[in-house]
Amino acid sequence: MDQLNLTMVNWARAQFALTAMYHWLFVPLTLGLSFLLAFFETLYVKTGKEEWKRITRFWMLLFAINFAIGVATGIILEFQFGTNWSNYSWMVGDIFGAPLAAEGIFAFFLEATFFAVMFFGWERVSKKTHLFATWMVAIGSNLSALWILVANAWMQYPVGMNFNPAKARFEMANFWEVLFSPVAISKFTHATTSSFQLASLFVVGISAWFLLKKRHQNMAKKSIIVASVFGLLSSAFVIFTGDEAAYTNARVQPMKLAAFEGLYDGEAGAGLVAAGIINSKKKPGDNQDPFLFEVKFPGLLSLLANRETGSFVPGINDLVYGNKEHNIMGVSEKIANGKIAIELLSQYKKALKENNPARAEKALANFNNYKEYLGFGYLASPEEATPPVALTFYSFHIMVILGTLFPIIFLLFLFYALKGSIIQKRWLLRLGLFSIPLAYVASQAGWIVAEVGRQPWTIQNLLPVSVARSNLTPGTVQTTFFLFLVLFTILLIAEIRIMLKQIQIGPDFSGMPEDD
Amino acid sequence: MGLGRTLWAIILIKVLIIFGVLKIFFFPDYLHENFTTDTERAEHVLTDLTQMPTEK
Repeated sequence: MDQLNLTMVNWARAQFALTAMYHWLFVPLTLGLSFLLAFFETLYVKTGKEEWKRITRFWMLLFAINFAIGVATGIILEFQFGTNWSNYSWMVGDIFGAPLAAEGIFAFFLEATFFAVMFFGWERVSKKTHLFATWMVAIGSNLSALWILVANAWMQYPVGMNFNPAKARFEMANFWEVLFSPVAISKFTHATTSSFQLASLFVVGISAWFLLKKRHQNMAKKSIIVASVFGLLSSAFVIFTGDEAAYTNARVQPMKLAAFEGLYDGEAGAGLVAAGIINSKKKPGDNQDPFLFEVKFPGLLSLLANRETGSFVPGINDLVYGNKEHNIMGVSEKIANGKIAIELLSQYKKALKENNPARAEKALANFNNYKEYLGFGYLASPEEATPPVALTFYSFHIMVILGTLFPIIFLLFLFYALKGSIIQKRWLLRLGLFSIPLAYVASQAGWIVAEVGRQPWTIQNLLPVSVARSNLTPGTVQTTFFLFLVLFTILLIAEIRIMLKQIQIGPDFSGMPEDD
Repeated sequence: MGLGRTLWAIILIKVLIIFGVLKIFFFPDYLHENFTTDTERAEHVLTDLTQMPTEK
């Protein structure tokens, strides 16, 4: 029996995180800017004003740069499934097949077909056909994201499936349950609306730069108004969907909720941490304070988690060591049950090999009583069920603080743009420009909360990362890790350089009265 | 070089590196490389599922 290698697992995790984070630098701008393009072009078609066409074409050019450099970066994640995470890849093949096929058929082809019309069809098709293509690109891009996010949501909350031990696979039992799981809905709505926010800040920030430079001021002001309205509406949805995501976490991933709030000891009327510094020496079960410093809003975490200010929210210690009063099973007991599940799986496998169907059936019947604990059987200690608390906590709070700041920025930009005094507010223009990297930080932080906060699981409670991997040496994964680091850094530098050059050149208003 | 050509060049070079180099030389499908039938693959995964991970 070969030994499983956890060093390889950690390199594979680092590689997946690196690739996913680089990939996510390109995706949110595509998701959000595609809709902004549709809005700008709709204004062009409705008003018939050439100016809106030029504005649309300028932002479309930046969209094209982002799309061209970002396209196919996600495919590398799929390569990694087959190479580094072959057990996982095998086990989820039947579940992921459906959503990914749906992505290919409905979304990708829709997106790809209309892309060509949108980019190259300005002078070749009618105004309305072109506008239709632009809307289809926006809808198609976001539909692509839907299927990927459904697949991700299933890993966080595996529903609508049965485990088939003979094939060592999770098999789809109910597609609709997978598609409409509460985690899938909150994940899709939160990821897309926050991407709309990011793209709106991108447009506001670059327009602010034009105003600071006193160039293309008319275009900049018009872009700011459209993007601020879209950003404000998106922000309202981000707050609503974020609240829904936290409520869902409390139901299906309470450990993640406890980690992102740094809550070790559960309590009724639990407070929400507004700001705090985590005590890095704190471990589950010890007597140290979880925070070196903290400011809390009383009762708000209970409200967020259960919609009731006085309700009980379990902490990390309750989830790891159990809490009889609140009927929470500890991880030790889950590990014991998980080991029984593994043993029964082993007996089933042996019975199959010995061609003993009666014993196989008996082992399988018993396994079904313990299968929900299967993943815990691979954990070495109860504390292993705890994700990295500090990283999850800080990422969550950075995301929330920035997510609260963004609607204020949109509101200020919209107010002063409509009032006609935006050009005089140079502090606000600088803030707008600076908000572009902040939007990316918030977006990345959101994914860190989602993914780091659910460790050690690849599939929640069923498959830890230590069992999801392939039997490779760490050296193999290290090599590809650094290859990706170099490749993606080159792509990122290329994106930023080309984008900055194109922004510097600015929109093409040739043949029209100067707007400055 | 114009913007359009630059972007097409980036796309082509990138796709070539991803599919022509990374996929072929660095990212073989582990189960397809090491096993010939689905039964063998399932057996391998089941074997991994019935043992405990240990630090090396």
